[in-house]
Amino acid sequence: MNYSYYPGCTLKTKAKELDRYARSSAEKLGLHLEELEDWQCCGAVYPQAEDEIATKLSAVRALAQAKEKGGKLVTLCSACHHVIKRVNLDMQNNEYIRTRVNNYIAPDAPYAGETQVLHYLELLRDELGFEQLKKSVVNPLKGRKIAAYYGCMLLRPAEEMGMDDPENPKILEDFLRALGAEPVLYPYRNECCGGYIALEDKGQARQNVDKILHSASLAGAEAVITACPLCLYNLAQNAGKERLPVLYFTELLAEALGVKEEA
Amino acid sequence: MLHENERDLRETILRISAVDVRKCMKCGKCSGSCPAYEQMEYHPHQFVAMVDNGDIQALLDSDASFKCLTCYACTERCPRDVRPARLVEAVRLLKIRKQGQNHLKPDAIPAKLEAELPQQAIVAALRKYSK
Repeated sequence: MNYSYYPGCTLKTKAKELDRYARSSAEKLGLHLEELEDWQCCGAVYPQAEDEIATKLSAVRALAQAKEKGGKLVTLCSACHHVIKRVNLDMQNNEYIRTRVNNYIAPDAPYAGETQVLHYLELLRDELGFEQLKKSVVNPLKGRKIAAYYGCMLLRPAEEMGMDDPENPKILEDFLRALGAEPVLYPYRNECCGGYIALEDKGQARQNVDKILHSASLAGAEAVITACPLCLYNLAQNAGKERLPVLYFTELLAEALGVKEEA
Repeated sequence: MLHENERDLRETILRISAVDVRKCMKCGKCSGSCPAYEQMEYHPHQFVAMVDNGDIQALLDSDASFKCLTCYACTERCPRDVRPARLVEAVRLLKIRKQGQNHLKPDAIPAKLEAELPQQAIVAALRKYSK
């Protein structure tokens, strides 16, 4: 199966590992990711106001291109996924936004949210299947106690993101089990790391990060995984006294599949 | 500076947020869930009540809207689907859509750069804090 793939700005720069391990793992699993041509930065935050049109255009351009190339668009960064998924729903359900965006972009055929947006984790769960993933593991991560950190953007608002239960998610824990690792449950796994506030007030980010890492540490985690470059930055760089290694989930995936070195 | 009257500001906020503030039953779950509660001069439930009451200028004069993390905890946990984060965003937009009122200027970015700071943080902050 071929999928269009949207890496996003940070995966080309500070989060190259998130991208690289994802690509080598997908190849090993027989999932063909084809990077979109000339994609533009999604904007990193979903523009909530009804009258924000220009800030939604780059997401629509990616979605419209994916529609022409088979109709399935895979995202990886939590922020890109959040923005592209929600803008797609606007194009399906909000006539005001749909009309104005199409008037502005003037595509050959009007875009009305036809593309299916899949996060890489959903690709593994819903298209490949975690059972199948488990069969492909060559280096089971036996005895590794890993805390899955969801943050905000993958899960909320659940009505729109539709990935998992926003208060008791399990997609990352099921992913870890498929790799042979031991997921560690802890209360702060779906609480916000502070996100962009780090540019405004590091202290505010640190306060959040300390609670998250303390919570994960108390539960016995030896490392934390995330899908978000900004979460990784905050958890790794803006931590106070509590510190844990923070990894992209794709790094563990590549390790378990035996493709980490060649990535 | 030209000030619109509060009734017009209230209408603009309701229109661009598409929030029905009358659905709120004042349970406080939004503010109870908010990870930026301590930093916000006005808390999420107060944004809902103040917009409902037309008390807009106080919200515009406060920096509370810049402290919101847009984590959607308030939105997710609201039993009445009020979506307070959209009101906070609308207030923030009313502030920064005025000429010269950007909260974060591109000139301020170089001093904030660090080796590990992801592009995503800069893009997100500029989108949230400036027009």
